Amino acid sequence: MSKQKLVLIGNGMAGVRAVEEVLQLAPDQFDITIFGSEPYPNYNRIELSKVLQGDTEIHDITLNSWQWYEDNNIKLYPGETVLKIDKDKQIVRTDKGREAAYDKLIIATGSLPFMLPLPGADKEGVTAFRDIKDCEKMIECSNHYKKAVVIGGGLLGLEAARGLLNLGMEVDVVHLADYLMERQLDQTAGKMLQKELEKQGMNFLLEKQSEEIIGTDRVEGLKFNDGHQIEADLIVMAVGIRPNVSLAKESGIPVNRGIIVNDYLETEVPNIYAVGECAEHREMVYGLVAPLYQQGKEMAKQICSIEGDGYQGSVLSTQLKVSGVDVFSTGKINEDEHTKSLKLFDDWNGTYKKVLVDKGKITGAVLFGDTSDGNRLLSLINNGAAIEEYTESERSENSGADLISSMPDEEIICGCNGVTKGTIVEAINSQGLATVEQVKGCTNASRSCGGCKSLVSDLLEHTLGDDYTQNEKESICTCTTLSRDEVIEEIKLKGLTHTREVMNVLGWKSEEGCSKCKPALNYYLGMLKPTEYEDEKESRFVNERLHANIQNDGTYSVVPRMYGGVTNAEDLRKIADVADKYEVKMIKVTGGQRLDLLGVKKQDLPDIWSELDMPSGSAYAKGLRTVKTCVGADFCRFGTQDSIGLGIKMEKKFEGLNTPHKVKMSVSACPRNCAEGSVKDVGVVGLDGEFEIYVGGNGGTHMRKAELLYKVKTEEEVLAVTAAFLQYYRESANYLERTSAWVERVGLDQIRSVLDEKQTFLELNARMDEALSVVQDPWKEAIEDNRLLRELYQNVKVPAGTN
Amino acid sequence: MEKLLSKVFVSRLEDLPEKLGKTVIIGELELAVFKLEEGKVRAIENRCPHKGGVLAEGMVSGEHVFCPMHDWKISTRSGKVQEPDTGCVQTYETEVKNNEVYVIVPGK
Repeated sequence: MSKQKLVLIGNGMAGVRAVEEVLQLAPDQFDITIFGSEPYPNYNRIELSKVLQGDTEIHDITLNSWQWYEDNNIKLYPGETVLKIDKDKQIVRTDKGREAAYDKLIIATGSLPFMLPLPGADKEGVTAFRDIKDCEKMIECSNHYKKAVVIGGGLLGLEAARGLLNLGMEVDVVHLADYLMERQLDQTAGKMLQKELEKQGMNFLLEKQSEEIIGTDRVEGLKFNDGHQIEADLIVMAVGIRPNVSLAKESGIPVNRGIIVNDYLETEVPNIYAVGECAEHREMVYGLVAPLYQQGKEMAKQICSIEGDGYQGSVLSTQLKVSGVDVFSTGKINEDEHTKSLKLFDDWNGTYKKVLVDKGKITGAVLFGDTSDGNRLLSLINNGAAIEEYTESERSENSGADLISSMPDEEIICGCNGVTKGTIVEAINSQGLATVEQVKGCTNASRSCGGCKSLVSDLLEHTLGDDYTQNEKESICTCTTLSRDEVIEEIKLKGLTHTREVMNVLGWKSEEGCSKCKPALNYYLGMLKPTEYEDEKESRFVNERLHANIQNDGTYSVVPRMYGGVTNAEDLRKIADVADKYEVKMIKVTGGQRLDLLGVKKQDLPDIWSELDMPSGSAYAKGLRTVKTCVGADFCRFGTQDSIGLGIKMEKKFEGLNTPHKVKMSVSACPRNCAEGSVKDVGVVGLDGEFEIYVGGNGGTHMRKAELLYKVKTEEEVLAVTAAFLQYYRESANYLERTSAWVERVGLDQIRSVLDEKQTFLELNARMDEALSVVQDPWKEAIEDNRLLRELYQNVKVPAGTN
Repeated sequence: MEKLLSKVFVSRLEDLPEKLGKTVIIGELELAVFKLEEGKVRAIENRCPHKGGVLAEGMVSGEHVFCPMHDWKISTRSGKVQEPDTGCVQTYETEVKNNEVYVIVPGK
């Protein structure tokens, strides 16, 4: 039997989700063709506000990659608009002259932003906030202009305003009503919201009706009907949306406000369906993602001839996506003569909760400040629950975990995608999921607006018990709840290639991370892909960026490499000359047997390095610092081994290596251990005919005596064991975890059991060689790179009184 | 006394390092000029209120800089030290025109 032809008009969230549902129900039943006016694959429109707010980049909000269309054999025509539906011949025609026949047609043309028909609305600098193009326009505008005005104090307008603030613009929000988000909030919550947003820097003009946009070619201001006038370089209209029904209307498909559909999302014309923001069901047009996905599900069943209950309409809930503000509302918002309400208003902590009750049943809720109850309330309303169900469970509840355990399995956790507690728990148990990201990947929960992430996290904790709590406690930093292991797993799984991408894809809470996670991610990425990853100098602490140690007065210190702590007259002469010429404030012998030139000006660093012509001593590095050695067999009367020779070999092998934290090593030639191997990360002690290798020692804040790892016979074995040990440390320690803490945490037995595996031992050595293969001397690199020199080492000096 | 401001050319935009700071010395004044995401430029006093750390060498995250001395977090927009620490550094207006970066500083 040949496949039926399914055509989708509109490559957006509702339509594509419906196609996904169809593919799930009947993978081989249809040849699918999709037309989309925008030149992108399906992306998450809800997250445009995050793009604007700088939390995410455009390529990160893609929901279905180009590959997805290919993998599912879908013919996609992006940037192509359908102009005509011939419902008799069952053919659609596009603006590029293409024709496509259909057996089933889905119209998912979405909405158009409503543009106020003000005089001057066609001027440059007036935009809607609906798609990627609008977003780009605003970002571009913020680079050149200062004053933004957003017309509309609803959900969209406020998200746009927050984004524009983040882009560095001054923002006035103009609103017709006397408080914000009046369709989703009551006056109390609306006023609290206003106060909070004013604190964030927004300026509000309420009860203002716009009359005219002023300016010559470009917008210069906005005039109101009371004669008042404000300046503006950019005007964003966010006053609402209207269903995009013109194609349906022109093609003779019955339309009211939206395209009229029945419970099965069928229009009045056979074989034509409509779904999403363009559809009108029981006189309701929905503009939020959850109902649209529910519609898609029911429609897919109908298209695949599977019996279903049909779509029954939705109770709406809203969550504002503005950082630092938690607002939630659902169902009925305002009291009337029939309703009673439960209200909690905490002015001090800035929280407000109102639950509306009609004839004993919960019919609506408004939450401000603490929205953790939101999804539960929505689910209670959908189940027609009595108010007691809410109040009683609330009294007994102590924590998120109790709340989670008291939820029935059919309770919706992710409102956007309609994922229940039962589905998530089932997926966690049957597929061994351990992270929010994995749950998202498997069940779609938290894939859209991300508002339920904390609930999903609670659910993981509830299901996995201590295993999960453990992970949570060890999150990399406060920017994320993910642990080091989870982040590394995700980097591998998703092939993430730079720190910013990790932060975006893994849902970092702060836009660009912090001083803890940035260098950590930079290290992990480099550790995972040593030959491909390009180290990010902006993710490095100053010392590692400039390859010198910053001192308390802003000067630097220079420590040249002296392998094994051995120097010679020529090097000493160069050091002395440099010290004189650049007026070095002090020359100090370090604990690691090196010379430290202190008090060097930043701009002198490259010249000093060039004149020294010695490799960097890495005294600033999270990597191998020094290999300290004793005099050894050549001179010492007790010496049994050539400690200096071995020390130099070790230092030459591992110099320049990046490790989670600094690594200090030593080689002594007898058990007197003059090079102090008991307090080194790796301390080698030479005996007659063999070497002892001690690890995990520390003489600093975490005083710890090194433990004996192995006894070996040859220098080659010392080098190989050290390489395997350090590589295992590199791969499994947390960033900034010294070997002392790591050995203690992991246990020497575990480390030994890993290195005992011959194959593993060889692989660790091979990966170490790979990591070492890209090492370059950073001083030489800097001297030879003019751009680096200019960007990092030169100051800009402007004499006073110029310009 | 009337406060005089002058606009001083600092650098071409492309010559400033991405997501890093630059030490800019204008007469007696020492500024840390940052090029943030999307080429946004901010200028603040190059001195942490804690122990005088050079902020131009700090790590930049979003619109904050972390002082290289003791990791104080400071807004490059408001100059405010972020909690739990307290304090403030002077901020200076910047302007980017035709890829030329200017700062507005007192004096003529």
